[in-house]
Amino acid sequence: MTEPHLLPMPKGDRRLILSAGALLILLALLPLVAPAQAIDKLTQLGIYVLLAVMWNLLAGYAGLVSVGQQAFVGLGGYAMVRLVEAGLGPFPALVLAPFLVALVAWPLAWFVLRLRLGEFAIAMWVIAEVFRGLVMFDPLVQGETGTSVLALNAIDADTRRLAIYLLSLVAASAALAGSFVLLRGRLGAEAQAIRDDEEAAASVGVSTFRVKRLIFVAAAAGCALAGTLWLASAITFQPRTGFGIQWTVFMLFMVLTGGLGTFLGPVVGAVLLMGLQEAFGDFGAWYLFGVGALSVAFALALPGGLVGLWSARRGREPLSMRRRLSAGEG
Amino acid sequence: MSESLLNALVQGVLLGGYYAIVAAGLSLMFGVVRFINLAHGDLLVLGAMLALIAVEALGWPVWLAVATVIPLMAALGWALQRLMFERALAAGPLLPILVTLGLGATLQNGMFGLFGSNTRSLGAHIGDLSWSGWSLPGGLRVGTLPVLTFTLAIAVLGLMHLMLRRTPLGRAIRATAQDPGAAELSGVDARRVHRAAAAIAFALAALGGVLLAMRAQVTPFAGPPQLIFAFEAVVIGGIGSLWGTLIGGIVLGLAQTLGGTISAQVSLLAGHLVLLAVLGWRVLRDEAAARGGWIALMRVKGPSHD
Repeated sequence: MTEPHLLPMPKGDRRLILSAGALLILLALLPLVAPAQAIDKLTQLGIYVLLAVMWNLLAGYAGLVSVGQQAFVGLGGYAMVRLVEAGLGPFPALVLAPFLVALVAWPLAWFVLRLRLGEFAIAMWVIAEVFRGLVMFDPLVQGETGTSVLALNAIDADTRRLAIYLLSLVAASAALAGSFVLLRGRLGAEAQAIRDDEEAAASVGVSTFRVKRLIFVAAAAGCALAGTLWLASAITFQPRTGFGIQWTVFMLFMVLTGGLGTFLGPVVGAVLLMGLQEAFGDFGAWYLFGVGALSVAFALALPGGLVGLWSARRGREPLSMRRRLSAGEG
Repeated sequence: MSESLLNALVQGVLLGGYYAIVAAGLSLMFGVVRFINLAHGDLLVLGAMLALIAVEALGWPVWLAVATVIPLMAALGWALQRLMFERALAAGPLLPILVTLGLGATLQNGMFGLFGSNTRSLGAHIGDLSWSGWSLPGGLRVGTLPVLTFTLAIAVLGLMHLMLRRTPLGRAIRATAQDPGAAELSGVDARRVHRAAAAIAFALAALGGVLLAMRAQVTPFAGPPQLIFAFEAVVIGGIGSLWGTLIGGIVLGLAQTLGGTISAQVSLLAGHLVLLAVLGWRVLRDEAAARGGWIALMRVKGPSHD
């Protein structure tokens, strides 16, 4: 009779990881052949994946539904504007800004993570509004007008496009790889225990606060990075867009359609959002209406999202973060 | 006290009446059905838009539009609770937040698609109500509409108070809010109570929307700030307290009008900061209590949950 033990990673998962690695190499080489427009779209997709992975970490794995992640998207953009103004090159500023935002998120976590579920959701939204209001006092931002990172225009357009594309690719893959390592480790088990039953998790010795804070700060930095990448391609920073609720609506859509609390869900959702945007983006408000309605429909009819549907068919979730235990044989 | 400051104080208190009406609906849903309806502000705007269509496109008198829209929105509340929120609630505490956030985005963009981005107001249709008022000694000016709104708020809260205390529905609501399981055991149909609460909440949102459209311009995207204001009034006044929403509304209104004497930007920030201060105070107080008082909190480092 053998002791129960953790099962190794299923073969399908190994194959999936290998093909993801191959895809990554292909994507890195793509600018050699692909037209500029396609590269721009893929840059955007990378930012979407990054955002969705962050929101899924919060809501799907730590049970923290934030309606205010735009606080960090906007703050990231603003920090980059300020760093460039202080004389830093745009690309060093792009990378440094998320760390500054993490420094803001760390003390903030002490306060917001002690709020109850719904209070946390809206308090984050209010905090985003406060950040927006404060940033608008900065004479550099000029209220609603916003400001442009003119230093970006000094860089040759093709070089800039390539650099932002590669950065977005690195950011999205790092977010996926990082959360994979994080969730496969002790923290992932702890986070999922908290999400499923906080009191029970605490009673078996999980430090619920420490786990949540780590995820909260990581997600803040990730959203800030999405904000700086976005700013690098859009050049203009406007408080209304940077701190807009639409960021959270998109994150909600991607995570819900892809599969809340599944590892691949955010990627599937990001691809779906990108596809819908390409097909229907010209319809403006009606496109956004559809995005909202689809989120609601998925939440009600298919709460596991597309990955959940796939898992139900196949009998197991691809790249599941749940540990599987063998029943002791004998 | 300077004139403008005194005026700001009076306007702030009166504005609190409006916030109390919007917040009472949100608070009822939160207290009874136990979730925060993130689309509350967008439903408020929907109520305003429906009234505007009835008045502007159909040529109805304002009173008829209001008298139609409020029961219509109540029916919508009943239906959405039955068809949408019940399902979401059954799937855990996260889902109602996600569903109502999506619903809010759907409502905003749907209204934008249907009605465009033009700002609309009922102000032109309510005669001299939109500008008339009383001049009081000391340079004080009080508008009829704000006074009417405030009186309406007292009446609404008073009626809700009586309903909760004196009627069978009120008893069922209080029982369900306290313990849904125990209420079911004593013969209360919790799902029907939830639907009734949603109907009342939606009706109050519609009333708030009509009042907003009378004193200001409304756009399809005006909902989220109204939700935030309502939430702020609920939290400041104390969650689950009916008359607390009036106190919370007045505190929020005061913060906004006093901030407004500096600039419009400061006005909004002041309200948000009061909310964060109240939440922060509560967190600190709970934290201190969990560690045996303020002195202990200052001595011990790190959160108590560790």
